[in-house]
Amino acid sequence: MVSDSGHLSRFGHQDNRKSPQKNGLTDAGAVGTPPEPRPVAGDPPKLVVRNVSISYGKKMVLRDVSFEVRQNEIFGIIGPSGSGKTSLLRALNRMDFFVPGMSVQGSILFGGREVRMWRNVYALRRKIGVVFPLPVGLPLSVYDNVSLAPRLSGVRDPRRLDEIVERCLQRAALWDEVKDRLNSLGSLLSGGQQQRLTIARALSQEPDLLLLDEFSIAVDPVTTMRIEDVLQGLRQEMSIILVTNLVQQARRLADRTAFFLMGECVEVGDTEAIFSGDVKDPRTRAYVEGRFG
Amino acid sequence: MGSPESAEVAGAVEGAGVAEGAGVAASFAEDADARTMAWYVDKGVEILVFIGGVSAIIFIFGIFGFVMKEGAGFIAGSLDLGEFFTSPRWAPTSSYNPTYGALALIAGTASVTGLAMLLAVPFSLGTAIYIAEFATGRIREILKVLVELLAAIPSVVWGFIGLSIMNPLIIDLFNVPVGLSVLNSGIILGLMAAPIMTTIAEDALKAVPDTYREAAEALGATRWQVVFRVVLPAAKNGLVAAVLLGVGRGFGETMAVLMASGHSINIPTSVFDSVRALTATIAAELGETAVGSDHYKALFALGIFLFLVTFIINLTADLVIRGVRKR
Repeated sequence: MVSDSGHLSRFGHQDNRKSPQKNGLTDAGAVGTPPEPRPVAGDPPKLVVRNVSISYGKKMVLRDVSFEVRQNEIFGIIGPSGSGKTSLLRALNRMDFFVPGMSVQGSILFGGREVRMWRNVYALRRKIGVVFPLPVGLPLSVYDNVSLAPRLSGVRDPRRLDEIVERCLQRAALWDEVKDRLNSLGSLLSGGQQQRLTIARALSQEPDLLLLDEFSIAVDPVTTMRIEDVLQGLRQEMSIILVTNLVQQARRLADRTAFFLMGECVEVGDTEAIFSGDVKDPRTRAYVEGRFG
Repeated sequence: MGSPESAEVAGAVEGAGVAEGAGVAASFAEDADARTMAWYVDKGVEILVFIGGVSAIIFIFGIFGFVMKEGAGFIAGSLDLGEFFTSPRWAPTSSYNPTYGALALIAGTASVTGLAMLLAVPFSLGTAIYIAEFATGRIREILKVLVELLAAIPSVVWGFIGLSIMNPLIIDLFNVPVGLSVLNSGIILGLMAAPIMTTIAEDALKAVPDTYREAAEALGATRWQVVFRVVLPAAKNGLVAAVLLGVGRGFGETMAVLMASGHSINIPTSVFDSVRALTATIAAELGETAVGSDHYKALFALGIFLFLVTFIINLTADLVIRGVRKR
């Protein structure tokens, strides 16, 4: 666990961050100070990705990628589309089943154990929450959407389920909007609400690691800001991998950031360093400054 | 709006618009009214498609009208409806006391269809789930082709199987005198309905977006949990449609039931009893009757009854699906 002082400074930071950046979502000129590096380097890493390559048949989409995700850190992954970010997320919780022909080489350690060595892949997936780019409201009621995961893992007590549903919806900043219609279909909510519903659903399984794959693609700017606030709060309890197309979103949220380009991990570093131009590879600076991609 | 002044202003503006529009239109006059090839093709296709759509309605009403014309007068006139529905005695050719009791025939059709569905519904849903959710690659392709092949077997072949294979088998296995029975025709009918139900149910399952499966799997659901908690509820409409289509198929099937059921008028008390189906009665007797005779008209009354039942089944299917959709 992280020291308390770390959390405090984090919260203080969050407050003065909010106002100047509400209009900075359109990327270009977001001012605001970059987040301070989080004091987490000492703990054993939550996730270790070592020399991972992913290919579909003969086509290689990710080549020899290595990085670590620490406890309670938001780890940003930026890069143009087609750079293998989504494929990597699939490999992390072994969702490669849905993609015929996908093969993963290299080593992925989650909680100190090789993910391929988990006999119970479902337990692995329960520890890793996923939020997809387009919100997927399952064709169930709002309540059932959120209570599905706990129920699948054996929670039967209705009061306990009520509790979980309310807490997860609260934490996803959706409770106030849906508390009166928990029984209506989740797929009838608006796009932004559905995306928060999927976040609530991901939280309901009490994950150790939360993967967000371009969550703001179908969400309006205001909702995006709300979700970003939610993520700031969540990092106290879990590690978060944030794949994003919005460079400034990574800047606002991530402690460290990796830059992927055409299947290659060009650079991993402190977000502050990457955005202040302290980079090893000129391509990173070019991308961050919006000169290509 | 409201005051005369504002109306006047609006009128003036409108007038200006028209005048200007006319000037513009003049220069585009040729294009605006051009009847190009594409325009003619579009109109032509529109008419053809319209005829296609309307013809379905015409045929349905035509058939209904024809059947009604032949049978309605008899139903309203000399047929005793109470007897029709309560008497198990179907004796249209009796020379001194012809009776038209359809109860045994209805019971025959219902029992055979019921047994067929009891066997076919779990079987075909299971097959559909396996093909759509669990099988992969070659196995899946082979299975799909085989199931479709099964659906293409003519019903007289199924009847033949019932007559020459199932019949001695049932006699041997259960030690009964006759093997042509509810059991025999129910199994045959189940086998006939299963492939169609499987195909439609599989389509319904395939129509559930993969994103649902992914989302559920990402929550840590096992394959079976995904199917049971997410895919099946999402495909409910299509599955109901599949089952009802199977019921319709069972109800309307004639030849195989005629051959495998024993064709004897009987209210069944066990699955080993021979029965006679509504459809089989019409098929077997219509050729033997004089056109316009009471017997002939009574067969059409059976036809009307079949028609109504099918109509009700389809209507319920429609309402059920609509009800599901509304929620």
